Amino acid sequence: MVETSDIRVVRCGGSKVNLTPPIISSDSRFVLCTSGDLVKVYSTRTEEWLHSLQGHTNQVTGITLNPANHLQVYSCSVDGTVKLWDFIDGILIKVHSGLCVSACPECFQLVSVHLPKSAEQEVEAKEMSAVSSHISKNPSCTAFGRGGEYIAFARHLQLNVYFFRKQKTYSFSLKATDKKGAKNAFTCIACHPTDDCIATGHEDGKIRLWRNFIHKKEYTYSTQHWHHNAVNTLCFTPEGTHLLSGGIESVLVQWQYGAGNRKEFLPRLGGSILHISASSDGQLFCTSHSDNKITVIESSFKVCGVIQGLVKDAVLTDLMIDPRSKALVLNGKPGHLQFYSLLRDKHLYNLDIVQQEYIYEAGLDQFEVVKAAFDIKGSWLATVEERGKKSSDLEFFLKLWAFDERTQSFVLNTTITAAHTDRIISMCFSSSEETTMLVTAAEDSQFKAWCQGADADTQQDQNFWSCDFVGSYHKLNPTNCSFSADSSLLAVSFQEVITIWSPDTWEMLTTLCQPPGVIRDLCFGRLSCSKYLLGTTTKNLLCCWNLLTCELEWSTSVDVSKLQPDPFSENVAAFSYQSKHTDLFVFKPSEPRPLFTNKNVCSEKVHRAVFVPREEPLNSCDESTQWLNRSQLYFLTQNMDLLTFSTATEEDRMLSSSKQLVIDDSVAVTPFYLLLGKHRQQQQKLNTQSHPHNMALPLLLRVPGGGLLHTPAHVLPAASVLCSMFVNSFLISNTGVQQDPLRYFVHIWLT
Amino acid sequence: MMSTDLRSAMGEFKVHRVRFFDYMPSGIRALAFNQDTERMAVARMDGSVEVFHCSDRFFQEKIIPGREQCGIEGLSWVGERLFSAGLNGGITEYDLTNQKVKYTIDAYGGPIWTITGNQQGTHLAVGCEDGTVKLFEVNEDQIQFERNLDRQKSRIISLSWHPSGSKIAAGMMDMIQVFNVETGHSIHRMLADRGAGTSRSKECVVWSVVYLSDGTIITGDSVGMVKLWDDQTGTLIKSHNVTKCDVLALSVSQNEDSLVAGTSEGIVVQFQFVSMVLEKDDKEWVRTRTFRNHTHDIRAVAEITTAVVSGGMDAQLVVRPLLDKIEVRSAASALRKIHFPHRRLVSCARKSGLMLFQYPGHLELWRLGESEGKGTPGSSLFVKRNPEKLLQLKVKGEDHIRCSAVSPCGGWIVYSTASTLRLYRLHCDNNNISITKISKLPKVLSSANQLCFSSDSSHLFSASAQSSVHIASLSQSGCKFVGTLKPKSGSHQAIHLLAASEDGKWLASANSDHEVHIYNLQTQKAHCTVPVYSSAVTAMGIHPATNCLFMMHADQQMFEYSIEQKQYTDWSRTVQRKGLHRFWVERDTPCLNVMFNPQNPSHVILHDMYMLCIIDQSLPLPDDKTQFYNQLTLKSLTEEQRKSQSHAFKVCKTFKDILCVELMPDQSLVVVERPLEDIATQLPAPIKQKKFAT
Repeated sequence: MVETSDIRVVRCGGSKVNLTPPIISSDSRFVLCTSGDLVKVYSTRTEEWLHSLQGHTNQVTGITLNPANHLQVYSCSVDGTVKLWDFIDGILIKVHSGLCVSACPECFQLVSVHLPKSAEQEVEAKEMSAVSSHISKNPSCTAFGRGGEYIAFARHLQLNVYFFRKQKTYSFSLKATDKKGAKNAFTCIACHPTDDCIATGHEDGKIRLWRNFIHKKEYTYSTQHWHHNAVNTLCFTPEGTHLLSGGIESVLVQWQYGAGNRKEFLPRLGGSILHISASSDGQLFCTSHSDNKITVIESSFKVCGVIQGLVKDAVLTDLMIDPRSKALVLNGKPGHLQFYSLLRDKHLYNLDIVQQEYIYEAGLDQFEVVKAAFDIKGSWLATVEERGKKSSDLEFFLKLWAFDERTQSFVLNTTITAAHTDRIISMCFSSSEETTMLVTAAEDSQFKAWCQGADADTQQDQNFWSCDFVGSYHKLNPTNCSFSADSSLLAVSFQEVITIWSPDTWEMLTTLCQPPGVIRDLCFGRLSCSKYLLGTTTKNLLCCWNLLTCELEWSTSVDVSKLQPDPFSENVAAFSYQSKHTDLFVFKPSEPRPLFTNKNVCSEKVHRAVFVPREEPLNSCDESTQWLNRSQLYFLTQNMDLLTFSTATEEDRMLSSSKQLVIDDSVAVTPFYLLLGKHRQQQQKLNTQSHPHNMALPLLLRVPGGGLLHTPAHVLPAASVLCSMFVNSFLISNTGVQQDPLRYFVHIWLT
Repeated sequence: MMSTDLRSAMGEFKVHRVRFFDYMPSGIRALAFNQDTERMAVARMDGSVEVFHCSDRFFQEKIIPGREQCGIEGLSWVGERLFSAGLNGGITEYDLTNQKVKYTIDAYGGPIWTITGNQQGTHLAVGCEDGTVKLFEVNEDQIQFERNLDRQKSRIISLSWHPSGSKIAAGMMDMIQVFNVETGHSIHRMLADRGAGTSRSKECVVWSVVYLSDGTIITGDSVGMVKLWDDQTGTLIKSHNVTKCDVLALSVSQNEDSLVAGTSEGIVVQFQFVSMVLEKDDKEWVRTRTFRNHTHDIRAVAEITTAVVSGGMDAQLVVRPLLDKIEVRSAASALRKIHFPHRRLVSCARKSGLMLFQYPGHLELWRLGESEGKGTPGSSLFVKRNPEKLLQLKVKGEDHIRCSAVSPCGGWIVYSTASTLRLYRLHCDNNNISITKISKLPKVLSSANQLCFSSDSSHLFSASAQSSVHIASLSQSGCKFVGTLKPKSGSHQAIHLLAASEDGKWLASANSDHEVHIYNLQTQKAHCTVPVYSSAVTAMGIHPATNCLFMMHADQQMFEYSIEQKQYTDWSRTVQRKGLHRFWVERDTPCLNVMFNPQNPSHVILHDMYMLCIIDQSLPLPDDKTQFYNQLTLKSLTEEQRKSQSHAFKVCKTFKDILCVELMPDQSLVVVERPLEDIATQLPAPIKQKKFAT
């Protein structure tokens, strides 16, 4: 078993886009947000993912526009670098490395880093001075004041303001609680752009506006209170006329600055608001939400766009693949199933399962989708929603959804209110093409088979689902159920015993048992290995039975937390958790030797995994990567990171395709446009005294197949225009105003 | 009434828990602060005017009782003189020395809504119902009408002088006028917006106006806006929407960097004049803090040096300290709510078990109930005879009662208003009660600031003008003037406390200049004067056995002065040397009565609004490290340990909102309580407000 180096675990699509505040480019055309180790660029108008800035090797923790050049963006990451990008073209301009990183996740220091001016691409930032040795780990609790003259940061009950010029910190403390039970801990900070006013949000929903904070005693603040729970984020509009705030209520509140209580609301935005940012012209606002979503809002308080990432807040269902769209299906926003295209890393749509209004409030017990299953063709979807898990009165519904070809979505077909008397713990469809059958196993020590149209009374066109068979075994609680690949056998595990049933006659064929330990996972082998049945037990045993001989073929002692068969090959993936890390084994049931082993995939337990079919199969011949040829294995860790395995060849292919030029989506891309459109923009920028970004022609020459020399002469502008532009483009541009060495803050781990 | 057994570590008392004194404080209508003397004048709805000493723990130094039908609308200090004006159309000056009305002159402009004096102290301006602003010249002993400013069509609600005295801003219905005082003509007319929607048809009342020295005029109106106007251009600079209801009162600090606004929702909003960019001079008025201490309309606010004082319909005076203006945090800088007057409204005929309650317009005489048997500490006792109301005595005339007293034997009742003093003989045989008015009173007994009977009820002491005390002897035949006690020297401030000794030999009087004089009643001569202490005397009593005068002061200090030796006692010196416990000094209500337990001469019983305290002079004094409220701890200890743990202060907090405590000869205590909740239920309903989650 060789550790293969050309397969590596990558954080793939569906990373959190709500980790840091999104930023809007100064022309309001792009929204940038961090997503794992990428910075993603979206269009504000079409909500389309345009491209991403790739280069960090770890989680990106912050982005900000370059104040000296609004076409550039700084990003910082846990990998200890600050990178400067041209975000329109996705080009890495500069790397500032050397920001120390050490492992103490609980201690955060605020340092001011001098970014040296240098022509080289890789610069080591050496000059650092500590501002505070202990700050809140929440980046919302740190904000720059007017013109960057000071920085305000808060921790627990203390607000600190550090003046860079005076190198002096002023601190203000609040009492932990008062007689009225206020919880005064700071949760976020924003500074007014032109006035010396700091807005702070607090745990009990109050917003305080601090002024005169250069006095120890004569500082003053006013308090406003609307939010009933902690204020998550605050943001001043660029002109400073309004203050935006958001919290768990998912209501965006706009306070008029200086006019006390006058406020506007934009309610029902989805998940609780985590961050708010405003574009530099104040025309657009962006809110990011806990359900991994970015909402683009016009200044008139109208939602004009939603960028939805993969929602991974509370995944209760398994990871599934919709056989039709090949989309990943799992819990989405509360009460919904989301369909997410992993290939395009794009949210497709939400299917409302619960069909009830969700109330965003902590502690409310509301219906949640806990189980879902597709049949093999993708024409049926079964869901289980339940409520009252904590209290004793459990309520649950089994719903069956039919795919409607006309509307191209799932329509509710049957709702079964009391499918079982206790919680459904496992559910699967038969895999045969002709008849679809659903088997549910519940804690009332029964399993039931459900068939369509079995009820003779219904004379309607639509065929509803009804119960076909109820099975049980010695009053034991079932733990799992699974159909064989050809649907000729149904395996239902009852505690330690696996029973094999024939779905045609509902006759129990045999029982298999390998004590000790309750059966945890169950799956049949596929294709050539379909005579094997695999099972894992709680006592760390992986067993493989031969169904022809009804004997144990082999067993091995390994603690398998998830057993996932690949539907397109014989392979089975097993995630095993031991001594604080998870290992992956890929094997064929026919032979106990693993095809592929990856030690230390991640440090958390893996309970959810899925094989996703590839659009075009890889043709790798390497034995260790062969199992990834037809499908790709995705898995979800306990930290809700969606990870996958990628091969080296795959990555090379990705990199080569990512170097494409991004062009305004409203205009047809012709060489003519590339030349003149850029020329026009360039002139505008020159007029507005901003930084000339003069890359048009050299780029044009680089466009594959669309270069100047390959363009017919009749679509080109006059030669005089071209010549001067061509020459101009090679001149070294003179940047207008000399900026001060930029100060930039990052959160840094402290030893 | 309930009777409860109260067993303190020092003894056991049967307590008459009296809750039938339906004292109702009157709402506060106006406040005026005098920066130089640090006095706060408060006008109440019933026409009474009170003067609080701001730097002496807000002790209520002076009370000038009101009259029927005398609604005061405005108060104003001119120098050390206090003026008020009201809806009866008159301007009143008060004689603060003798605590009475000096004179009232009619302004002849109909009801007066506001009165304000200029900073120079030369003129008073009043705003009248008929639309005139009248200027009065302040003379040496009187005020003289000078002239009218241009007459307006609507009533003048509020007025404010420019600090230079050359301009006046007047708030009216729907508008603000600025007058030039020289010419009397209007310079600017600024229109105040009415509210939106349905309230558009309602007039906007400019309730309050403040004129700043930089020419900014700030108004508070019935639409709920605080507006800032420029007097050069007569334009609106900025408006702050403070409330949905009315902004009733405004007050600016002395250095004009802070403004407070009181609203009818009961909140006080502070605005501060802060620079928007630090260390630059472009300052703006920014709304900062909100104080919610009232339940009802705030009719008056005043920003004094270190605090915001507000009062309103809920009749409490709230002193909210501004912590940024305070150098050292101390008891003097804590939030203070003044509910009850710092005078005794209850007098007790100890020997016959009668209580006399003083209401503004009448007196009530009650007989205490009787109980049966003994109980365990804290338990209620069976009431054998219910307390009963014997008498209700209505006051003749319009004046309210200033002071009253019942004699210890229960045979005499005396009360005094500003104009008359009446003495009644009370006959009480079993169930029949009758009173006869003593008709021929000596002429000197025409009015009194304080009244007191001697302990054998044979003499009446009446404190009157010039700090003098008249003595009248009482007998079956009537009342005979005996003599006048005059201090040898000192101020002529009115006496607010009198204390006669048990043996009838001594009389002590305390006046509002903190002077305590002791007279020998046998010789009718001044005996001595207690060294003047910086804080006012709030209660005093002469010990029946030792003839020591025990004095409580507003700053919670206590002194014991031996009358015979004319010096402080050793115990008093020890107290002063060791200092009092922090918790004792930090209490925020003054002690209102000093009593002595004849059975245990070392005990002094004191009470304030929240507690009852027995001081055992034989026990060691607590220092700041000892547990002050140690009753619960002591209870759990054994007899032996208790001795080492106990200290001189035995505090009982079983009762609260105490108006009066008296010790009866049978070792029972009478505690007169007036729960604040009961007062709150009798107040008019406040403005209905939408509360979150209701």
